[in-house]
Amino acid sequence: MSRDEVRTIRVDALARVEGEGALSVRIAGGKVTDLAFRIYEPPRFFEALLRGRMFTEAPDITSRICGICPIAYILSASQAMEAACGVRVDGPLRDLRRLIYCGEWIESHVLHAAMLHAPDFLGLPDAIAIAKGRPELVTTALALKKLGNTLIETVGGRAIHPVNLRVGGFYQAPAKAKIRALIEPLRQGLEQAVTLARAFAGFDFPAFDGRYTFVSLRHDDEYAIHEGRVVSGRGLDVPVEAFLDHFREEQVAHSTALWATAVDGSAYLLGPLARYANNHDKLTPTAREVAAEIGLGPICDNPYQSILVRMVEVVLACEEAIRLAETYEEPDAPAVAVQPVAGVGHGATEAPRGLCYHRYRIDGDGRIQEATIIPPTSQNQRQIEADLRAAVEGNLHLENEALRARCEQTIRNHDPCISCATHALKVTIARE
Amino acid sequence: MSPARSRPKLAVWKFASCDGCQLSLLDCEDELLAIAERLEIACFLEATSTRVRGPYALSLVEGSITTSHDAERIHKIRRQSQRLITIGACATAGGIQALRNFASVEDYARSVYPRPELLQTLAQSTPIHEHVRVDFELRGCPISKHQLIEVIGAFLTGRRPNIPRYSECIECKRKGTVCVMVAHGVPCLGPVTQAGCGNLCPPLGRGCYGCFGPMEAPNTASLAAWFARLGMSEAAVRDAFRSYNAAAAPFRKESEAHEPR
Repeated sequence: MSRDEVRTIRVDALARVEGEGALSVRIAGGKVTDLAFRIYEPPRFFEALLRGRMFTEAPDITSRICGICPIAYILSASQAMEAACGVRVDGPLRDLRRLIYCGEWIESHVLHAAMLHAPDFLGLPDAIAIAKGRPELVTTALALKKLGNTLIETVGGRAIHPVNLRVGGFYQAPAKAKIRALIEPLRQGLEQAVTLARAFAGFDFPAFDGRYTFVSLRHDDEYAIHEGRVVSGRGLDVPVEAFLDHFREEQVAHSTALWATAVDGSAYLLGPLARYANNHDKLTPTAREVAAEIGLGPICDNPYQSILVRMVEVVLACEEAIRLAETYEEPDAPAVAVQPVAGVGHGATEAPRGLCYHRYRIDGDGRIQEATIIPPTSQNQRQIEADLRAAVEGNLHLENEALRARCEQTIRNHDPCISCATHALKVTIARE
Repeated sequence: MSPARSRPKLAVWKFASCDGCQLSLLDCEDELLAIAERLEIACFLEATSTRVRGPYALSLVEGSITTSHDAERIHKIRRQSQRLITIGACATAGGIQALRNFASVEDYARSVYPRPELLQTLAQSTPIHEHVRVDFELRGCPISKHQLIEVIGAFLTGRRPNIPRYSECIECKRKGTVCVMVAHGVPCLGPVTQAGCGNLCPPLGRGCYGCFGPMEAPNTASLAAWFARLGMSEAAVRDAFRSYNAAAAPFRKESEAHEPR
């Protein structure tokens, strides 16, 4: 292929991602001259429609931003409201929140790793095609995914948009016997997660040095899932309420999702790679062993290996869920009473694809005056474009079809949730 | 695939939505591989890179119409689909994003986006049936996967889906759930909301919040009067009817009747 050739690669509707997005790349003289990871999911204006609604409605309403990670929205919103009203949710209620979040990590991570990302490494269109050659892989993944859903249903009453969570806690505390009954299936799930982690470790991973700025929550006592301080691999360590002092959103023409950048304008990365790097010392014992066994060091900056880090986090989520289920005692009350206090509250939790930040201003009657929601994919958009540029420039020798496939895989590395980002994918490659 | 065994083609389409209802299909962990045996998954962007050309025997449509591009796209999909079934509150009633129908979309865009002129969006979020003929509407925010399997099964055997149109109240009676409104004074949309979720909220002591939209011929005015007797403000009554199925006619009218002056 001559250096003067113009190449265009387009993917008008990216498959195996959640939501609607596209990619276009133009290559001229062996250089990327134009690259856009476009989000065209229609805007739904959550931050506007929340205005005037009661503070107690924010968890359920914002859960409708994303059917894949509703717990992330429910809990980020709940914590923001509790912070505004000066309430802390502790003890068994806090444990139940962590337990249900483990369910969401298991469900979402296994869906992405086994059904959306794994086909890229096997050169297949989907999980159903994988099932033809390796049925045990898919049935194991489906069983594990179902376990994640069972966990969410047991604590939350419904797998998608659960109904049992509220500002202050829960409508009804689950019976101890029901939570204890999860332990045995979780032990099996832990084994299944290890099996899948080992199977995926056999994939061929393209070389890639991400040199990322990793941003995630970090907690003193545990691998950060539903609570913590905002930290980065470059020394940032601030409470959640300082988030907007360090990160901001801007609007670009090719995306209906707002772009988030660090205040110095640089890109940063959220999600499993970031959490893993920032919280490696907090891994649970089996998760730590499995990570070492499948060749992961304390930092993984090859985004193609994010599939392995996701499985380490599934192992961790199973282990954590077992611990929480073994020690669960029914609380005295299913929720802490929360009276509205005029003011501002911030909340952030680790959605499977990264930090999800909420900020609300409410009035003394509890009506929402202002809402700001910064979902993980809008924060990762810029880094995904940077990854794409590097992936294209490093693989110009590939034919268009193979290059297009590599681009799609590069996007899926970060499990973009476009429904979330648009509160954004199309792939086009042009060569000149 | 062997040409000897041609299966009906299934397509899954997305409009403005959270992806949760199409996820319900992937959440059929025990049935998914069997469904793929009976139907050719010809187009399902969230799950597969395979894209087989239409026409499709069955299209499942998630999401509401909020852009002029989507208003055209749904017509193309209708033309390619023998049967078109809408799934979920966005597709059947406009979804939570239909709250814009009660406000100004320009104000909405200005409050979220610094450069609203870059956006293309319609003033209203509308259900699919306002644009094209729909063969069946499956309610819910999200839909129930059991009802989804029933609808797909009914399609495969050529019968009507067995989806009740009665109220959530009936579900409580059948299950023996104590009435949260009568016993505890908790406002509940159960008397006017279509059953189908599996009776989730009242057993938890929470009032039904209307995920499945209005039942057939609901008496919303009577329920609103009961809400007032429980001490709810006009704004609270309005908001109770104005959520995930806000644009469904009976709920829309009742919410408009309680707009505080």
